[in-house]
Amino acid sequence: MAELARLVEHLREPARLAAADAPTWATLIRLARKEALIGQLATIVGDAGVSPPPRARLILDDAMIGVEASQRAARWEAREAARLLGGRGYPVVLMKGTAYVVAGLPPAQGRTVGDLDILVPRAALGDAEAVLRANGWEPLKEDSYDDAYYREWMHELPPLAHGERGSVIDVHHTILPLTARLRPDADALIAAAVPVGGGLSVMSPPDMLLHSIAHLFYDGDFEGGLRNLWDIHRLTTHFAAPDFWPALRERARLHQLAAPLARALRTTRNLFGTEIDPALAGSATPLDALIRRRLLARDRHGMPTAPLTRQALYVRSHWLRMPPAMLARHLFTKWRMRRAAEAQG
Amino acid sequence: MSADWASQTVRVGPFAFELRSPLPEVIAAARRLYRDYPADAADGIADYCVAVLPPSAMRRWIRPNLVLACDVEVPFMAPVPRAHGLLALEMGMNLQLAAGMHRFVLIHAGAVARDGGALVMTGESGAGKSTLAAMLGHRGWRFLGDEFALLDPADGRFQPFPRPISLKNASIDLLRDVAPADRFGPRFDGTIKGSVQHLAPPVDAIAAMDAAVPARLIVMPSFVAGSEPTIRRISRAESFFHLSQASTNYRLIGERAFAAVWQLVETAPAYEIGYGSTADAEALIDELWRTHG
Repeated sequence: MAELARLVEHLREPARLAAADAPTWATLIRLARKEALIGQLATIVGDAGVSPPPRARLILDDAMIGVEASQRAARWEAREAARLLGGRGYPVVLMKGTAYVVAGLPPAQGRTVGDLDILVPRAALGDAEAVLRANGWEPLKEDSYDDAYYREWMHELPPLAHGERGSVIDVHHTILPLTARLRPDADALIAAAVPVGGGLSVMSPPDMLLHSIAHLFYDGDFEGGLRNLWDIHRLTTHFAAPDFWPALRERARLHQLAAPLARALRTTRNLFGTEIDPALAGSATPLDALIRRRLLARDRHGMPTAPLTRQALYVRSHWLRMPPAMLARHLFTKWRMRRAAEAQG
Repeated sequence: MSADWASQTVRVGPFAFELRSPLPEVIAAARRLYRDYPADAADGIADYCVAVLPPSAMRRWIRPNLVLACDVEVPFMAPVPRAHGLLALEMGMNLQLAAGMHRFVLIHAGAVARDGGALVMTGESGAGKSTLAAMLGHRGWRFLGDEFALLDPADGRFQPFPRPISLKNASIDLLRDVAPADRFGPRFDGTIKGSVQHLAPPVDAIAAMDAAVPARLIVMPSFVAGSEPTIRRISRAESFFHLSQASTNYRLIGERAFAAVWQLVETAPAYEIGYGSTADAEALIDELWRTHG
């Protein structure tokens, strides 16, 4: 736990990098790779004007080639989405990494961007899927249970992959699964989105931050969570202004996300020293400590530690995602399918 | 705790790998195979860590098998039997470069050098490039690598990456005749690719692994048992097509990779050769090298 805390400290105070010795660099690089923060580390090293040992420099430069390629591809995929969907008469909202890159926001610095995530009105899902499938995008999941599950209960279509490029697009109609206990207002998210050209838009600042928070603090088991928390830290710092906090409070109430927001603000302040409005941060609970432990659960070699904490938060993620009876049915079906597959294979 | 695991750093060409495992016998096998390589990393910082471990505590004892844990996330790999730990390590090292290395254009090719120039051999899996590189590497050529050729976009040279040669099936016996017995690693039967045995390259090739060389000749071999030797000059466009297709990171690197591969096909002529025996292939290559080398 102390090891990942060192990575966090160096990201938080880049000036400390000047004093880092070779073993420290080796550990920082290894852990940053594991947490998908290697490009962010490279960017910070550049901004801080620090000269790392030549071998660390090579590794960081190499990572940046990968980051730049992923962002180039993300821009290309966004243009393709604009070309195919931009003129269909409904809003198309870029999400997550692609949104940060296209809108030129701070989390984009050094960030690897993976799949393209877009948000469209639920009524437009059928059209978006038909247009994409007519233009080279094909379903990735072949399994009919998964397909049906996505369509009935998830906040997105089953992922589509491009037959030639292999890239993946996730078409969302809201930001949390329909089974979750909280119900963000998808219409409001889309109505407030900010155009970025080509028929595309990105979410308004408070909504963008709340989406990032809902994703990390309400819809997952915190795997890869440090990178997502870094996104939250950079967004919060960038948007912070006297009139931002009241707007954020209002949007969090609208989307039923006030509690995840408070927890996220406490966590990012605690780990990255983010400047926040304390009035929105509520007060600490025992779960905060568990989350902190989970976010930092790696040893010096990058291997996972804290198995019980991991397990506890994994169970929590399913508990939040669906009602108990449904969860039982889902896990039973998955278990049966796995058993059938093992018997075959 | 993973801090107690056995570990060994090995440097191959421009990269240092930190190999780790909770199973000491896996690391001991790697130590034997890599005994002639430098055992340190530049600046004390390994480029990639590759760990081989049982997927869970239970699997250490029941139906024991092994999985990889690496610095750079690698695509899902099916677990291998516990006895194949060294194979998993080797696979992990390959995957680190294929998935996470962007500063050299990585071309799936065998390469050897002579008179200050490199011969690069690319082709489909099974075309014989690995066997030929191994063979030539024991017959007067300097072995640069049997699987990955590293093209430096900064200067157009090939950076040697003389990993132990991964011999498969019939190639194992072919090389038995030319390489000393103590250079071979353990033999693994019944793998996905049949029988596999590693061969440590000649000591000279390891000692010279920091000396990069420009390419002088490109050969695309294809082995057809019992066939007569054939030779065909191929155009720059065709050569470019093959080399860029044989690269794992050409698309990712983008424009710099395009420029480097184009420069390569402009300076090094390319030939397709068909052969039915290694002796035929060696004769064809000698003939081409006399003309272009």
